[in-house]
Formats: sequence, structure tokens, C-alpha cells
Amino acid sequence: MENTINITLKVWRQNGPKEKGRFETYKLANVSTDSSFLEMLDMINEQLVNENKEPVAFDHDCREGICGMCSLYINGRPHGPDDDVTTCQLHMRKFKDGQTITIEPWRSAAFPVIKDLIVDRRAFDKIIAAGGYVSVNTGGVPDANAIAIPKVDADEAMDSASCIGCGACVAACKNGSAMLFVSAKVSHLALLPQGRVEGARRAKAMVAKMDELGFGNCTNTGACEVECPKNISLSNIARLNREFLSAKLQD
Amino acid sequence: MSKINARIPEGPLAQKWTNYKDHQKLVNPSNKRKLDVIIVGTGLAGASAAASLGEMGFNVKSFTIQDSPRRAHSIAAQGGINAAKNYPNDGDSVFRLFYDTIKGGDYRAREANVHRLAEVSNDIIDQCVAQGVPFAREYGGLLDNRSFGGAQVSRTFYAKGQTGQQLLLGAYQALMRQVNLGTVKLHTRTELVEIVIVDGKARGIISRDLVTGELQRHFGHAVILATGGYGNTFFLSTNAMGSNGSAVIKAYEKGAMFANPCYAQIHPTCIPVHGENQSKLTLMSESLRNDGRIWVPKKKEDAEAIRLGKMKPTQIAEDDRDYYLERRYPAFGNLVPRDVASRAAKERCDAGYGVGATGLAVYLDFKSSIERLGQKTIEARYGNLFQMYNKIVDENPYETPMMIYPAIHYTMGGIWVDYELQTNIPGLFVAGEANFSDHGANRLGASALMQGLADGYFVLPYTIQNYLADHIAVKRMTTNEPEFAEAENAVKARFEKLMSIKGKRSVDSFHKELGLVMWDFVGMARNKAGLQNAIEKIAAIKKEFWTNVRIPGNTTGMNIELEKASRLADFIVIGDLMARDALNREESCGGHFREEYQTPEGEALRQDDKFAYVGCWEYKGNDVEPELHKEELVYESVSMVQRNYK
Ligand SMILES: Cc1cc2nc3c(=O)[nH]c(=O)nc-3n(C[C@H](O)[C@H](O)[C@H](O)COP(=O)(O)OP(=O)(O)OC[C@H]3O[C@@H](n4cnc5c(N)ncnc54)[C@H](O)[C@@H]3O)c2cc1C
Ligand code: SF4
Ligand code: FES
Repeated sequence: MENTINITLKVWRQNGPKEKGRFETYKLANVSTDSSFLEMLDMINEQLVNENKEPVAFDHDCREGICGMCSLYINGRPHGPDDDVTTCQLHMRKFKDGQTITIEPWRSAAFPVIKDLIVDRRAFDKIIAAGGYVSVNTGGVPDANAIAIPKVDADEAMDSASCIGCGACVAACKNGSAMLFVSAKVSHLALLPQGRVEGARRAKAMVAKMDELGFGNCTNTGACEVECPKNISLSNIARLNREFLSAKLQD
Repeated sequence: MSKINARIPEGPLAQKWTNYKDHQKLVNPSNKRKLDVIIVGTGLAGASAAASLGEMGFNVKSFTIQDSPRRAHSIAAQGGINAAKNYPNDGDSVFRLFYDTIKGGDYRAREANVHRLAEVSNDIIDQCVAQGVPFAREYGGLLDNRSFGGAQVSRTFYAKGQTGQQLLLGAYQALMRQVNLGTVKLHTRTELVEIVIVDGKARGIISRDLVTGELQRHFGHAVILATGGYGNTFFLSTNAMGSNGSAVIKAYEKGAMFANPCYAQIHPTCIPVHGENQSKLTLMSESLRNDGRIWVPKKKEDAEAIRLGKMKPTQIAEDDRDYYLERRYPAFGNLVPRDVASRAAKERCDAGYGVGATGLAVYLDFKSSIERLGQKTIEARYGNLFQMYNKIVDENPYETPMMIYPAIHYTMGGIWVDYELQTNIPGLFVAGEANFSDHGANRLGASALMQGLADGYFVLPYTIQNYLADHIAVKRMTTNEPEFAEAENAVKARFEKLMSIKGKRSVDSFHKELGLVMWDFVGMARNKAGLQNAIEKIAAIKKEFWTNVRIPGNTTGMNIELEKASRLADFIVIGDLMARDALNREESCGGHFREEYQTPEGEALRQDDKFAYVGCWEYKGNDVEPELHKEELVYESVSMVQRNYK
């Protein structure tokens, strides 16, 4: 039953942040269409190692769409041609025999390349550190059921909280804006009474950090929502804008 | 005196933890700032510990191999987290959670630790809600619970199918808050490669920057390892690709005991292997067994026809299907514990009834549930899992039964720790999946998240003070001390040795070979001859690895093959330990099944008179047999009985 295909890969190779990058072309035969995209890259790497060449460096960990580590720009789309999946969930059955596949890293000023297909996304952590939390210490908190939360709010907060921090939204955006990511966290916490308290301060601090780190402005192109593997909705950005405005008014 | 002393506090079981907290030593606020604590790992256990100790005022240094703490393997946990809240009013209590965990662990865990775990479980839920973790709620606005295997009450809290993600993000955010406040210094893409011991105490680590390849020295008054489990010894497992056993092996090689290495959990419902380029296995939540029925064809020729693609499962008549779990275990049916379900699947496949192209799969069929409840209900319950299955296998589970097969999922064994989570090396603590502490020979569903967060939020913040209180006068070291230099040199030599081999085989080719040996001989069913064989085979793999591995590139800059090689060298050590421990343990218990010790019906048979102990292995040198020490398990509050799921 197994189908196999032969493919050509054009892969971005770059030795370090300051080095010049280039595309290299590899041929790969007998790729099972049941393989995942990253398993296909494993095959390329096995081939390269056997030729005593350095394998292609790419980020990955969970390989089931939840850690947000994988981050490839495949044939011009973040996370490749399938919808609502991360790169690691993409399968080779989405490609044709004889096809050429171009693989690049996320390209964004705020995400410098570390090596080959690996970029530095620590800017996201800095944004969270600026205010993406509820300021409580361990211990001495009320009983978990002390405050009832309407199910609709909890569910909506959960949807916003599903962001995996992959950065596809930034990579997809022609301005390199991180608004979808930031707004997802602001919304998640603003929708819950525990996070509501610091809502305005959080929105302001996170947006200020985002601007400082060199992410571009949001011009509402909506490209981020289209490419987000977790269906984070643009309505989060609207909520962030409201939070941000009310924070400014309080100033 | 014996090298192992669990240091369990005096008093009745339910009072031990309170008594401990009442009498432990504390560190005053002005001294906390002068004390450095190294925490390796930022999963649930490490992130929660780092955040909490930072909040308390300690000077924390946190390390992770990922680019961000948010990516630790904990993120992938799906099902939920247990607590004894008894919100549904169905008779749950701290004692019941304690009892279920001890029984689920097949009477091979330490009573005092497990009771403490059950006691702090409720605080975890309070803490997470305060952080903004969006747990599932009922229409009345209160928290919802679901039930999980091995329990008769509903005590599992969950956030969709992404509980681990939400709990980790809560801990990560608390951690980043401390990073912002300057109490925690975060080192990402940084791997622990050695532990530094000064005067018999853990006083620091050597790390390797995975981007530059640089080695660095770090001092700590205490060192905490929260580096996760070692399931990836098997190459294929449900663990994340980066999960590794290197940090615990560094501890072991420095003298910390490795406890119960052979206790590994095999999860019955994973998507089967599709081919030899498979890189990892995907878990399908255990909850599916609530509505799915497991079967294989009754006739060998039907199974054969399916394997050859000549027949479809839907063409097999009802009478020609063998619902083997319902047949063998009428009382629990498809809901028997994980180890029982896994072995039964293997038994059928080994006997020639397996399906799928490889014959290593069984069906999980939702047909009768869909007929009974309607497709809508099934979709509401499992929609996301069905979609995930569809993306991977390209089949529609609403129409065709799912194929599943067991896979390695969790390791109960780990570094031996006492009641305070301290190893036998003073100042070295181990938390989360990396220690052996709470699950005995088998872990119940939704209890790993509970344990990780209990260790980090509510146990270490107390117990580590009891240790540090005696060290406030110890000055920060400069890391120019000879012990640091020696440790760094040893690491350098090891990496240079790996690079100098310049052999012919890739790291992965060795890892796959090791994984097959582990799966065949140290997997779901083990026996004496097989384990002896495994030990020899692993020794041969080790020898060939150290003479024939090929690692392109060099030690400076990012070198992913070198990272993998270094971790594989440690997996080989673990594989050997697992086989030895399994060989020593001449009984069947929990996840450890020795074919020689089973009832006539094929059920696990413990040997309580001989093996009611924790097997603790002490390192004696490279290629030297480790020495076994025993911590006898004494049960005061429960009596040991044979598990029965008939
Ligand atoms: C698919 C899946 C589903 C699961 N579902 C559930 C569930 O529903 N309920 C439940 O209770 N449990 C579940 N578990 C188990 C549970 O997720 C884990 O046992 C638990 O999250 C482990 O947490 P941890 O903090 O101990 O380690 P991990 O989360 O594995 O974290 C380890 C950390 O250590 C770091 N690290 C490792 N080595 C080094 C090194 N040498 N140097 C520096 N850093 C290092 C890593 O970067 C990482 O930050 C599941 C497991 C899997 C695989
Ligand atoms: S919003 Fe979507 S695309 Fe952006 S980081 Fe989150 S999950 Fe990724
Ligand atoms: S590797 Fe984790 S999301 Fe892709």
C-alpha cells in the first residue's frame, strides 16, 4: 500500500547569524508519503551525514503540533501547504512525485537566523516577561472554585491561550508584526477575573516591549490569522486594541 | 550506615508533612539573596521550582536545552491533572488519592512521599487557577472534572486536550515574571554536561552553550535537576525528540543512585509505526477507550488478508471479531489499566492476529458508540483527536476503525531521592519525572503533571531551605577552583573523543539499533534469557558506537549531531541499567512484566517477600557492573494485595 515519491529540495543553509546564506539543492528518492515532513528532513540529514557533510539544522521537539518549536517556511508558506497544522504535522502526501520543495527559515528582523533553518525567537519571551502573567506568588491564593467564571469566558480564554508561540504570524506578516501573538496572551488573561485586574497595565507593557524589539506595525492585512496553525482569531487583536486604548486613557 | 536513608519524618502518615514543615529550618530573607540555586530543566517541575524559589528571594539560575522554557516536553500532556478536591462530591479524599496512587503503582512506591503528593494536590489547582490557567468549566461557572483509569472517582482537571500546555504556560509565565524582576537568570539553548562536586557536595555545573559550543562554569549552593524522563532510550516513544537522560546520567556517574530503572510505562493507545523512517510515536488519549472497542480478527486468514490490503476491517463480520479485552477481562473490559491493555495487544499480534501493513496494530472501533450516541456526540468528545489521527494516518476514524499499538510513554524510575527530594549527594535535588519518587512500578493517568508541580511549587521550596539553612556562611565560589577546572576538562575530553572517532555510522543508526534491542527484550514482556541477551547486545552497541560513530563538523558553533551523540552515549548507559534492573527483579509488577512470573491466566505476579524494595544502582566505573542497594518499602497504612481487574 505504501506510496513513495522522489523530490528535489532547495534548502537555505547559513552557518551563523553573521554569515551569508545560500540555497543548496538536494535530491531525495523513495520518500514514503506516510512520512511526516520532518521525517523527510531526517532522511536528508542521514544522507548528508553519510556523505560526511553537516546536516541541516532545524528546530523541532514535540513533533505533534504543540510545542511551537518547528518553524519552516515551505514553498512560500509558514508551516507549508496544509491548513491548520504545524510543520511537524505536515505529511509528504501533500507533495507530488518530482516536485521541488523550497525550505527557508522564518524571515523577520526580530527573529535573526542562528543557523540554517533555526531562528532566535527569544523576543517572544521578552514580551511575555514584560507583563504576560498574573502577578501572584506561589501559595496563599484562594480556593480554585472561589470565583465562578462563565463557561463562555473560560472557553474563549482557552481558545486564545492555545497560541503555541511558533511565530508563523510574524513570518507571514509583510510588516513583521507580532500583534496576533501579543493579543492572544492579552485576551487570554483579560477574559478571566484573575487576569482582569492587571489588564490595562499588561497590554501597555507588552505592546511597548513589542515595539522596542523591532516588530513591525499591524496594518490589518490578516495574513497572520490565515497562517496561524492554531486558528488564533483576529478578534484578539481587536480586544488588545480596546485594552490598549483604555490603558492610554487612564494615563 | 547504609548509603540510602529515606529520612522519612516521624509521626502518623497524615501528619508527617505538617510535622516536617513545623520543624524544618528556614533561611531568613536577607540570607536568601546570598544563596544561589541552579535549576536544570524548565518543564513543569523545573519552571515551577524556579519561579517559586525566585519569588522567595533566592538567586536562581535556570537552564534549558530548548530556545524557551515554554517548549519543554511537559507541553505535550493532553489528558489532565489529578487532585483530591472532591468538587463532584463523589467520595474523593486525600487518603483515597493516596491509596489509588499506591495501588496503581503496584505497591512499589514510598508511602510518605505519596501521601504528601495527595495532600498538596489541591493547592496546585488553586495556584493554577490564580495564575489564569483556563481549566474547563461547567455551565455554573465552577471547575469541571473527568475520570481517568485506575480510579472510581472524577478527580481529573483539564484544559481541553491541552492540559500540559496550559499548566506549563502558567509556570512559564510565573518564571518569566521572575526573570523580569531579576531573581532568575535564564540560560536557554544551554545543556548541563557535568555536575561539579566540592567536598562531597553538589556545588555547580558545567554547561554547554548549544549555539556557540562554549563550555561554561556555574556555581550554586544547591543544584536541582528537573530534566524529565528517559523514555527515548527506546528511540521511538511518545516523548519529545529532545527528551533525554543525560543529566540524570551525569548525576549517576557522580555517585547518585539510579532507582528502579526498569520501571517504564507503555501506553496502549498510540498510532502504530508506519515505517523505518518513523521518528516518534503519537499518543492517542487514553480517554478514547471510554467509547472505543478494541478488537482483532478471530481468524488468522482474515488478519493476513488485511495486512496484504486485500480486505478492509469493515468487511469483517461481527462474529469474526475478537474483542479480546472484553473477553479476557469482563469486569473492566476496554478500561483495564495501561500495562494490562498493552500486553494483551502484544499477545494478539505475536500470535499472528495483528493488523495494519506491519501486523503490529489492533483496532479501536467507535462503530457501536456512534450507533448508540450519534456521530455528533463522539465528535464533541474526541473531535480533535480524530482530526489528529486523520492528519497522520489519512483515514477517517468515523468510518474505519482506528489502528493503535502500545508505545513507551513514561519512566517511573529515576534518580533516587529521599523524602526531601535530595539524592544521596548532599545539595543535589531531583524533581519531576527525573526522580523515582511517587509512582512505584506504574503511574496512573494525570498523576505526572500533579507530581511535577507538587515537587516544584510545594515541596522543594520547603525542603531546600532545610538544606540551605546550614550553608548561609558558604561563600560564592569563583568557579576557578580546581574542582570546576577538572570537571570542565573532563567534559572537553569527552567531546573531543566523540569528534575524534570519525567513524562510518550516523548517531541515529545506533539509536535505532539500541531502540530495537530495548523494545524486543526490555519492553512489554521480559524474560531472563532475553535480558541477558540484551545486556550483551547493548555492550556491543556501546563498543561500536565509541569506535564507529560519525559526527561531521566540530565542537565550536552549533552541532546538532554532536548533541545527539553525547545524549545517545548516555542512553546506552541507561539501556544497560534498565536491562540489569529488569533481570534482577524476578517478579512482575506494574509496568515490569517478567514472563516467568505470571498467573495461569497471564496476569502479573508480584513477589512481595523478595522484592518489596526500591532497587538503587550505584555507579562503579565505566564498563564495571553497578552495585545494587535496597530501600525496603514498609507499608503502615495500606496492605499489599494482588491487583485484579477481572
Ligand atoms: C504525549 C504525552 C502525554 C502526556 N499526558 C499526560 C497527562 O495527561 N497527565 C499527566 O499527568 N502526565 C502526562 N504525561 C506525562 C507528563 O507530561 C510528564 O511526565 C511531565 O510533564 C514531565 O515533566 P518534567 O518537568 O519532569 O520534565 P520535562 O517536561 O520533560 O522537562 C524537562 C526539562 O529539562 C530540560 N533538560 C533536559 N535535559 C537537560 C540538560 N541536560 N540540560 C539542560 N536542560 C535539560 C528540558 O529542556 C526541559 O526544559 C504525558 C506525557 C506524554 C509524552
Ligand atoms: S498566534 Fe498563531 S502563528 Fe502566532 S505564535 Fe501563536 S500559534 Fe503561532
Ligand atoms: S515540533 Fe512541536 S509544534 Fe512542531
